[in-house]
Amino acid sequence: MNEFIAPTVEYAELSPLLIVLGAAVVGVTLEAFLPRRGRHRIQVVFTLVALVAALLATGWVAAGLDEVEGASGRGLIAAEGAIAVDGPSVFMWGVLLVFSIISVMLFAERRIEGGVSAFAGQAAALPGTEAEREASRQGIEHTEVFPLVLFAIGGMLLFPASNDLLTMFIALEVLSLPLYLLCGLARRRRLISQEAAMKYFLLGAFSSAFFVYGIALVYGYAGSFTLADIHAAVDNNTGSTNLLLAGMGLIAVGLLFKVSAAPFHAWTPDVYQGAPTPVTGFMAACTKLAAFGALLRVFYVAFGGAQWDWRPMIWVVAALTMAIGAVVALTQSDIKRMLAYSSIAHAGFLLVGFAGAYGGDGITSLQSVLFYLAAYGFSTIGAFAVVMLVRDPGGEATHLSRWAGLGKTSPLVAGVFAFFMLAFAGIPLTSGFTSKWTVFSAAWAGGAWPLVLLAVGMSAVAAYFYVRVIVLMFFSDPVVDGPTVSVPSLFTSSALVVAVVATVVLGILPGPVLDLAQQAGAFVR
Amino acid sequence: MDLDLYVPILAIGVLGAAFAFFSLAASWLSGPRRYNRARLDSYECGIEPTPQPIGGGRFQVKYFITAMLFIVFDIEIIFLYPFAVAFDSLGWFGLIEMGLFILTLVAAFAYVWRRGGLEWD
Amino acid sequence: MTEVLPADGVFGLSWLLVAVPAISAVVLLVGGRRTDRWGHLLGTAAPAFAFVLGVVLFVALLGRGEQERRVGQQLWTWFEVGGLRADFGLLLDPLSALFVLLITGVGSLIHVYSIGYMAHDARRRRFFGYLNLFIAAMLMLVLADNYLALFLGWEGVGLASYLLIGFWQHKNSAAVAAKKAFVVNRVGDMGMVLAIMLMFATFGSVTFEGVAAGIEDASGATQTALGLLLLLGACGKSAQVPLQSWLLDAMEGPTPVSALIHAATMVTAGVYLVVRSGFVYETTEVASTAVVLVGLVTLVVGAIIGCAKDDIKKVLAGSTMSQIGYMMLAAGLGPAGYAFAIFHLITHGFFKANLFLGAGSVMHSMHDDVDMRVYGGLSRLMPVTFVTFAMGYLAIIGFPGFAGFWSKDKVIEAAFADNIWIGIATILAAGVTAFYMTRLMLMTFLGDKRWKSDVHPHESPATMTIPLVVLAVASVLGGVLILGGWIGHFLEPSVGPEEHHDLPIPVLALTAIVTLTVAVGVFIAWRTYGTKEVPVTAPRGSVLTRAARADLYGDALNEAVLMRPGQWTTRWLVWFDNRGLDGGVNGLAALIGGTSGQVRRAQTGYVRSYALAMLGGALLVVVSLLAVTLA
Repeated sequence: MNEFIAPTVEYAELSPLLIVLGAAVVGVTLEAFLPRRGRHRIQVVFTLVALVAALLATGWVAAGLDEVEGASGRGLIAAEGAIAVDGPSVFMWGVLLVFSIISVMLFAERRIEGGVSAFAGQAAALPGTEAEREASRQGIEHTEVFPLVLFAIGGMLLFPASNDLLTMFIALEVLSLPLYLLCGLARRRRLISQEAAMKYFLLGAFSSAFFVYGIALVYGYAGSFTLADIHAAVDNNTGSTNLLLAGMGLIAVGLLFKVSAAPFHAWTPDVYQGAPTPVTGFMAACTKLAAFGALLRVFYVAFGGAQWDWRPMIWVVAALTMAIGAVVALTQSDIKRMLAYSSIAHAGFLLVGFAGAYGGDGITSLQSVLFYLAAYGFSTIGAFAVVMLVRDPGGEATHLSRWAGLGKTSPLVAGVFAFFMLAFAGIPLTSGFTSKWTVFSAAWAGGAWPLVLLAVGMSAVAAYFYVRVIVLMFFSDPVVDGPTVSVPSLFTSSALVVAVVATVVLGILPGPVLDLAQQAGAFVR
Repeated sequence: MDLDLYVPILAIGVLGAAFAFFSLAASWLSGPRRYNRARLDSYECGIEPTPQPIGGGRFQVKYFITAMLFIVFDIEIIFLYPFAVAFDSLGWFGLIEMGLFILTLVAAFAYVWRRGGLEWD
Repeated sequence: MTEVLPADGVFGLSWLLVAVPAISAVVLLVGGRRTDRWGHLLGTAAPAFAFVLGVVLFVALLGRGEQERRVGQQLWTWFEVGGLRADFGLLLDPLSALFVLLITGVGSLIHVYSIGYMAHDARRRRFFGYLNLFIAAMLMLVLADNYLALFLGWEGVGLASYLLIGFWQHKNSAAVAAKKAFVVNRVGDMGMVLAIMLMFATFGSVTFEGVAAGIEDASGATQTALGLLLLLGACGKSAQVPLQSWLLDAMEGPTPVSALIHAATMVTAGVYLVVRSGFVYETTEVASTAVVLVGLVTLVVGAIIGCAKDDIKKVLAGSTMSQIGYMMLAAGLGPAGYAFAIFHLITHGFFKANLFLGAGSVMHSMHDDVDMRVYGGLSRLMPVTFVTFAMGYLAIIGFPGFAGFWSKDKVIEAAFADNIWIGIATILAAGVTAFYMTRLMLMTFLGDKRWKSDVHPHESPATMTIPLVVLAVASVLGGVLILGGWIGHFLEPSVGPEEHHDLPIPVLALTAIVTLTVAVGVFIAWRTYGTKEVPVTAPRGSVLTRAARADLYGDALNEAVLMRPGQWTTRWLVWFDNRGLDGGVNGLAALIGGTSGQVRRAQTGYVRSYALAMLGGALLVVVSLLAVTLA
């Protein structure tokens, strides 16, 4: 009879993950037992405390990471080879948790809706029915969003840190399922929100299927799920190359779907438009970060030896993504859709960085992408937070024409939004410039100069539609009975302040964060 | 490409499909065709079937919650069984981990219970 | 070039040059209405302070030995990743010191002028905030010791220019012009970005020192590419052909803006860039020839446009293009021309600011009407404006003794020494300049009054006339900089020693030819506009006149070459993204299922088509991966 050996689990190093997922479970319990009155406040406080605790734990883990012998990275492989707690993981954990804290503050906003949150009072009630009206009259609301978002964050923390493909798949599902649900919970325009959730769910399931199929093929090739073993198999060139390539391609599809790269981007505008705006901001910043982390880890750690096979594919996808994102955004008339296409374009710029040099003396593509993600996340959450504030009687005024002349009626809010637009456009002294700069120079150093040429061209195209919004806000006459700008609670205003400050600081003094990204070093096998 | 390994799997698949086709065809060929009300009713383990709305109708969404709940316990069993087999060698570690696992499931169960998921009407 | 010394003593204060206007801009823009009452005073004090500091630094620079006149100051490291390091470093050398004086000097005068000009504008404080922002960015541009920090200033002046062109937002044309300037400038900026990328990739450094040290050893292709990319950037900012189209529209901004940004300072940034990057152009024949050609074409195009316009500011804008063309040409000639390019740049800064402010003063009294056909006979009613404007006029046409005479003559000499045909073209353009400027003068100040009955022209207030007087004096006396070859000698530490050239004909003869050509230009203009009545509505004019009125079809060309294809691409991509995919899928599904009614149910149809697109993409990815190995 075989002897079972108890696995060792590095609880201390995994503490950020355990805190977030544990808090999610406790959150569900709170949801079950707390009285309706006051539940919202307790959930908000509890969620924020858990996230801050996880952030502190991340800092503590980061401080204690050891150098790996014989490799360039720092860190360790935890949980019997399932999770890699290395420099990049910890960096992403830290950034993700900061973004999550800001996002949860937006989730908690209740003042601009007149005392209720941005989420549906009773998701099960059919839109436009008496039951729905009754629910909102009673002030019922779904505080489940807080445990849900904690689950999603837990999945996102695990996703880029997974060291084998199965764990990665589990993480993908853990992060996706709550997101599907959150997308459908908008208080206003519920049909379009539910449609968004449905689309996201169906297409997400579809992409997961690709991902799993890819895993199966790669397992067939390497005989293992562990990234290091796959790497060894690629290096020794065992098995059939066709099996590897097909598997690699399908895994790429699953991951590229999550980062909304073309041609897997079709869901993005619909979902970004339909989902409640705080959720959109959360997805745009955090999902993108987690998915890019996973993409980089799989392709550098497991398939690094086959990079000459996959690099052309990434080039094509990056070029296509930038082109579609930047060009199609030109004709959008809805601000959330425009931001969605902008996010697609930024995915393209990130892929340009991904196509850069992995090793070498200069900035590596990993570091540049990490920095870009950190910089972009702040601006994007900030931009969506501003979208939350500009309102019509029927909810957010997302049609671009409604934003005309906003600079005259509410200069501060319009100014902040214009600032984020400038950051997206990559104007110097904003984080957009420094981050584009690092990504492009990594790509250039890696010999991807045609891609950089295209990227610079596409950022010029993109600058045009960002500036169009600024022109609209400041140089057009205000619309008659235009939208009002609600005064937000302390939550949203502090989230906005953090986003603006981070965008400025990362533009002027990016040094410390770049240093952090550099110290994160390479992935550990 | 070394696909020899997959030949047995293919063979099993073909055999399975052939068997299914064969049994369906056999019963269609050999069986008598005498239909009455009892034969056309849905099969519910010999119990009188619950009355359905005209045209068959839809399953109530409540079945869905029940099914989900079932999955919660299903998964619990899937993990409990191997745990029981390896109980001796896992020791305290296994016991505590399993306790945490069950607690997690209890949280989900408690949520459903408090939210009225167990009430039919 | 001589060595850069660390900043000590008073040079340690050079960062204040940038910081003080920047802080003032922040105070004015963030402070809101609280600062309305004293905002314009603070806004004027900031560049004035920078000017005083600039003078102090300039004198200190003069007090040092020639080999010690390049002073660098490292402020902080902007970012440092891998091999790339970008510092916020300042470099004060003769070249940037001259620019600092020009920017802050002319800038201060224009601030003073704006106090009067914008007195009735409710948003005057904001205007001063933007002006201060511009001054700070422009100083950053000329004081940077590396291309990346230079690019920061470059973008900053672009932003300020954009905000100021569109300052009168209630005018739709202003908003459109602002957008156009921004977009055209982005095209130029792409050149800059790529040039900086290329520097980083080739030399591992973006400082002037680092690039200068490595450029000799770089490959010929790199040198040429670098030169052409920098030229593209310079063309965008300096409104040189083919990126000239924005400057004429930029005249929608308030007139002090046109004077400061679109005549005296920002548009000369391209010339600064080319001169500063002289070490690049010295290695590449192709790129330096391209600079000369761009300058030549622009100086002719600008002059032709200037002849046909009836809008006083657009005439001046055309002339600005043309004069910058002269500078560009001189800069392209290499060490023989650098000092003259900068010399002409400075005198042009004086007299063009003078002319623009004079034009602003005229408009101020004519209810903001810019059509010269309804001016006429203003000399008696606006004596100060008239006299000062006349000084600027004499300077720009190159009347002997005035500033423009000395500087333009030098450029023409250098051009002649390089190539006789280029020289002849520059002389002819000087004649055309004399023509259109005389035309402007005659139509505006002399002849009969043609203004409408409700207009009562009057002299402008002292805050506007005093800067005019100061600038007029500078337009007359600016030529002293060349006495004894001072400016060429002074710039030596920055741009290297001046090369002496041999002319095919004696210098005096050349000067006589130029002066004669100018006289002919003046005479023709006098015959056409001075002796006959000027019609209030423009006559149809010849083909050339009509072409020039339409900016020589620059916009039409842009539209045909850039905009239309861009729009088609956009439309096609959007169609593909929205409908093409569904259309294809719907058609396919209808074929297969024959149930098109079912397909029309949009919701499921969309998801289905998205999914199909994903499937297609996935197939594409896998097949392309496999194809790579099979190939």
